[in-house]
Amino acid sequence: MSAGNPRGAGTAGDAQVPAQAGAPAAGALLTARDLAVFFPVGTQLMARMRHTERLLRAVDGVDLEVRRGEALALVGESGSGKSTLALALAGLRPPDRGEIRYDGRVLPGRRSRDDRRRIQMVFQDPYSSLNPRLTVGGMLGELLRVHHVVPRDEVRSFSAELLRLVGLDEGALSAYPRQFSGGQRQRVAIARALALRPEVLVADEPVSALDVSVQATILNLLRDLRGELGLTLLLISHNLAVVRHLCDRVAVMYLGRIVEVAPTEQLFRDPRHPYTRGLLAAIPRLTEQAGETGPPAMAGDPPSPLAIPAGCRFRTRCPMAQPRCEQEDPALTARPADPGHLAACHFAFTPASASASAAPEQA
Amino acid sequence: MNEQSMSGAQMNNVLEVNDLRVQITSRRGLVRAVDGVSFEVPRGGALGLVGESGSGKSMTLRAVLGVLPPEAHVVSGQVLLDGTDLLTLNQASLNRVRGPKISMIFQEPMSALNPVMRVGQQIAEGPRIHLGYSRARAEERTLELMRRVGIPDPERRYRAYPHEFSGGMRQRVMIAIALACEPEIILCDEPTTALDVTIQDQILRLLAQLCQESGVSLMFVTHDLPVVAQICQQVAVMYGGQLVERGAVRDVLLDPRHPYTLGLVRSAPDFEYVQDSLRPIPGSPPSLITPPPGCRFHPRCDFAEDDCRTGEVPLRILPGGRATACLHHERCLEALAADRAAR
Repeated sequence: MSAGNPRGAGTAGDAQVPAQAGAPAAGALLTARDLAVFFPVGTQLMARMRHTERLLRAVDGVDLEVRRGEALALVGESGSGKSTLALALAGLRPPDRGEIRYDGRVLPGRRSRDDRRRIQMVFQDPYSSLNPRLTVGGMLGELLRVHHVVPRDEVRSFSAELLRLVGLDEGALSAYPRQFSGGQRQRVAIARALALRPEVLVADEPVSALDVSVQATILNLLRDLRGELGLTLLLISHNLAVVRHLCDRVAVMYLGRIVEVAPTEQLFRDPRHPYTRGLLAAIPRLTEQAGETGPPAMAGDPPSPLAIPAGCRFRTRCPMAQPRCEQEDPALTARPADPGHLAACHFAFTPASASASAAPEQA
Repeated sequence: MNEQSMSGAQMNNVLEVNDLRVQITSRRGLVRAVDGVSFEVPRGGALGLVGESGSGKSMTLRAVLGVLPPEAHVVSGQVLLDGTDLLTLNQASLNRVRGPKISMIFQEPMSALNPVMRVGQQIAEGPRIHLGYSRARAEERTLELMRRVGIPDPERRYRAYPHEFSGGMRQRVMIAIALACEPEIILCDEPTTALDVTIQDQILRLLAQLCQESGVSLMFVTHDLPVVAQICQQVAVMYGGQLVERGAVRDVLLDPRHPYTLGLVRSAPDFEYVQDSLRPIPGSPPSLITPPPGCRFHPRCDFAEDDCRTGEVPLRILPGGRATACLHHERCLEALAADRAAR
């Protein structure tokens, strides 16, 4: 957990293991252990001249378990590392530290074709994630042939079947992406992801670029496909209403770490990490009284991932930060008597925080 | 503001838009982007203009400020700001109004700010040009504005460039620029859409506080209904270039009387209430080159009858001062009652 911070590595790491072991590991399909992805910033020359290599710690010690058949949401602000984590899990970005297991087996940095097939992604922007020069049929056909999903003479009928699955008709096979509306393009992108018969679908903000009335059709489609194909879904979203609608569990990310994990309803009803509480309180509600001028749900901007605060990384914005938070990096630990609810806060499950938690929720 | 010298209606409304029509010439034909839109923004109040992409909400806002793209033009209508029709003003007169009377906050602060000009100078520009402030006085005013919009350490930040600011801080700079000459109304085009929810919350609260302190009015264009609920008292819903419903936010968003508004409210996942499946609005938005006859929403409407398919369907005033363009708005009541019963 805390290997990014050598001082805390020993104790925090030890506390971490029992927490995860206590969770029902039987259903774990995709697990990340101490996963980290760094991006070097600036040129190599600059780094040598400064005698420091500046690292952007996008993902910095993530422990996460995606269970077979579940829909897990990954939420957090932009810059929290949620998209980078998704890329690492999907095998599109090799991790700099830690391991990813699939069904108990450690996945190597360079994955086999079969392993890549198992985890597929749907991206946010259906305008830039589809090749404008290929017809839908050409795009699907290429995938199906390269990966030998079906015999060559069945490529066309299987492509048509895929389109039917996402609610498009066979005629779409000969069309180019530009001929579709945004919602239809996202359907094509989903069909492309499903073409390889994946077990896990990673959807990175799949509806953020779409209009509200179109969002609903894509969300319903994802929900139906899960039931129909038994897919495991990792949904990345900043929209907590979408998450609440679609997901069984939620993982909250802040500055490259998972700070809270819980079943969806429990997280919304009883958030234990102060960041989760702030995030929930900041959501505008239809029933809100206009012109609320009180203090915001959460003050300030998130710190830069180039200079992550020592100790607890949320302490600079935390309403309940204590001197202890500067010293000790809190590990992701389970709630006593409830191994399914984890939080990385020293005070998450202490009785004192129960009263503190009531206040921000009124906002 | 000398309120005695104005007539009753002008006293209550800072902005009145009457029967605004905007057309765009395109290769495929004439696009009726805004087609007979009328609304008022009450003095000191906030009006939300909501709709999906292509509904004409941004075109309406741009027409009000006179910053339409070159292929679009106003064909008729009035935009009365304190009784002066902005559409009749020449460029020089418009420039005197923009800033001291009316200003704007854009969606993307990074592209709206000048990347090679210091932030402080960009805020000071308005007071220097419009209010004739000296360099020193404008700087003083800028520092005060930066403090008011919550930019920490303004003396140091004055000399910074936009790229050194976070998205939320850039939007605060935009707000400071918009406020710099103390306008009567600020037009906001999706000012929080590009921001995270925690930063959006900060900016919305800041805007609400500034409105209360300075009495500035807001016209707030967005597609996000809960954001409208947080900042606006009045709301107007646009569909296919026309207004289909308007009224107090609580009435329109919680108790819609137009099937399109009802569809919007129903299709968005509700934070408070989880449904088994969402109900999208069937079909797609109408062509604005050859809009459907009658009510523009009728091809997608569950309640459509024969009388919806012919003739114009104007906004009609309902009891309580709200208005709807639906001939069968009572059906919305039945649908809402069924929704509540299902919970």
